[in-house]
Amino acid sequence: MFRNFALIFFLLIPFSASALEAFVCEPEWGSLLTELAGEQAEITVATTAFQDPHSLQARPSLIAAVRRADLVVCTGADLEIGWLPLLLRRAGNPKVQPGNPGYFLAADHVRRLEIPKTVDRSQGDVHAQGNPHIHLHPRNIERVARALGKRLAEIDPANAAVFQSRLADFEQRWANAQREWEEKARPLSGLRFVAHRPSFSYLADWLELEIVATLEAKPGVPPSGAQLASLLEQLSANPPVAVIRTPYENEKPSRWLAEHLEVVGIELPFTIGGTEQAVDLFSLYDETIRLLLEAQE
Amino acid sequence: MKMKNVLFVLLTLFLPVAASAQQSADEVAELRKMLQEMREEYESRISDLEERLSQAERTAQEARRDAEEAVELAEETAIEQSAGASGANTFNPAIGAVLVGGYSNVDEGWEAIPGFQPAGEIGTGDEGFSIGEAEINFKANIDSMFYGNLTVAVAEEDGEAEVEWEEAWIQTTALPQGLSVTAGRFFSSAGYLNSFHFHADDFVDRPLPYQAFLGGRYSNDGIQARWVAPTALLVELGAELNWGDHFPATSEHEDSPDAYTLFGKFGGDVGDSHSWQAGLSYISADAEERSGGEDSVDTFSGDSDLAIADFVWKWAPKGNPNQRNLKLQGEYFWRSEDGTFAGLDYDEDQSGWYVQGVWQFMHAWRVGLRHDRVDADSGPLFVGTELEDPGRSSHRESAMLDWSPSEFSRIRLQYNRDRVRRETDDQWFLQYIFSIGAHGGHQF
Repeated sequence: MFRNFALIFFLLIPFSASALEAFVCEPEWGSLLTELAGEQAEITVATTAFQDPHSLQARPSLIAAVRRADLVVCTGADLEIGWLPLLLRRAGNPKVQPGNPGYFLAADHVRRLEIPKTVDRSQGDVHAQGNPHIHLHPRNIERVARALGKRLAEIDPANAAVFQSRLADFEQRWANAQREWEEKARPLSGLRFVAHRPSFSYLADWLELEIVATLEAKPGVPPSGAQLASLLEQLSANPPVAVIRTPYENEKPSRWLAEHLEVVGIELPFTIGGTEQAVDLFSLYDETIRLLLEAQE
Repeated sequence: MKMKNVLFVLLTLFLPVAASAQQSADEVAELRKMLQEMREEYESRISDLEERLSQAERTAQEARRDAEEAVELAEETAIEQSAGASGANTFNPAIGAVLVGGYSNVDEGWEAIPGFQPAGEIGTGDEGFSIGEAEINFKANIDSMFYGNLTVAVAEEDGEAEVEWEEAWIQTTALPQGLSVTAGRFFSSAGYLNSFHFHADDFVDRPLPYQAFLGGRYSNDGIQARWVAPTALLVELGAELNWGDHFPATSEHEDSPDAYTLFGKFGGDVGDSHSWQAGLSYISADAEERSGGEDSVDTFSGDSDLAIADFVWKWAPKGNPNQRNLKLQGEYFWRSEDGTFAGLDYDEDQSGWYVQGVWQFMHAWRVGLRHDRVDADSGPLFVGTELEDPGRSSHRESAMLDWSPSEFSRIRLQYNRDRVRRETDDQWFLQYIFSIGAHGGHQF
């Protein structure tokens, strides 16, 4: 009995306040923050690669994590609109409220694709601010890294020099890696793919892949049997190289279509943790390109 | 003669050779000179060309840098422009409306639970088709310190549209150390279900203990202070003061609040797939001539103390609820009222509880089961009044099936096996819930 009380008491003790506590909405920003802040940051990541960042709930553990945070790093562009505002209101933490240095949205720092001319819920889960899945274009990562590096220095000026040098180091390695990826991915240029949802638009933009169709005619609305059949008919004359999806999207429709088109269906890691090999931003890109090349062979 | 001739011949043969040898030497020298000149000329030309080449390279590099900068600038401009917005309606709050209505088939409805003073407008509702309640919500940050929320509910009562202030509150956003204060009319944080709007419920109607003890929902006209601890587990503690007259409270004293609430909420995750929340709440009200509605004759005066324990467990494979997920919840209510009812001394306890589970078995489709019951316990003195002990508990079993093509629409079919009255009543409900406008929050 006493042991139980001791355990509960232990769980209630505030975390050590020495490191910068960060709350991160998606794994890719967790990895970026680790690159830029290293040991200086203690990071809580709200989602895994297997969770759809659109549909998360403001669950208790996340409220507690936002309460402790010095910095919140999220994608923005309305990706987390269903749960981040609730977390911020419940947590009672002024440091991370919108407008304060502790509130950082990655999508504010890049050029967003697919900004709709008109928005209406009849179009499905459309994002008025453009496609929020920005992290599969290396240039976006570079831009977000620069902005985040600046922000870190603002929040924790004592470690500004550390953040500065880590950023410079990251930028160097990232630029080198980007050259290698572009070299390796050259055979992918112009290839045709079908995606479950517009989750890979930035990747396609970068590597010049052609996303010829998405399974969901309207984002967030699962495809019906009839829709799939008509897609099959439409694509069978000139089938794509592969049908690609994220780990959190339903595998059934993309598997069905891939089988009937006699092409491969690939689950790309999409973010860190999506496959065993994708452990950070670098290996995420390595894996993504490796899997796409494999499909092309 | 012969020799001379020979010499002559030889001379004539060799002279031109000797002369041409002299000539050749001159030509070689000249050629060498020319070569030297050419080399010098070419060298100077080559170095000139080299100079021009490196110049061109420098220019190209500069041009590339300029181009990169131009692209950068263009991109930054594009980002800034896409991020910015202006216009007269830029600062409009998030506006949303929820339309709820449906059809109900009820044989013998009820408006009060036997043994309980009716806690406001409760019961099985109107038979047939009804447009129910429309709710209009406005919310936005007021400034850097406050957040505001206004919800107006419109319902038809006796042929006339009635507008009710469902919520009208402001909340601090800038208090330090996990503190926040809410003031105005707001849903109490007591219990689990209480802070949800009706349209977010998993069943058409609120569980019986909510109807019996809180009239469906407990609202405060007053102030709430909350504190979230800086811990790994969620620990949230709070207190509320209520000047309003929502059941079980009355508002007889204008200077001091007649009711207060204390609550604590705790929650966390177990792995990626499970999360839970548990809560304990206590509502204390000092009631003064509390009536059970327009048709009631008897009133209660005295202390009303209500304790609620609640628990919610949610599961989704790898924490991804899109295809399948399970939600189990239960709450236990215990109330003690001590005072006078209909002029008689009254000191009794009541209790109630419900458990329910909702299973999403495929995208958009959910089934749910619920059991809810309340037990009144009044002495023989109260026979013939609202508090007359029915000698049994009021309980129901409910089953529902709902379909949500998106998170903004839901159509639900529900069956209740209702044992609130002595006779069992089979009830069917078909309900629609549609939200338009701003995206609502995914409250846990």
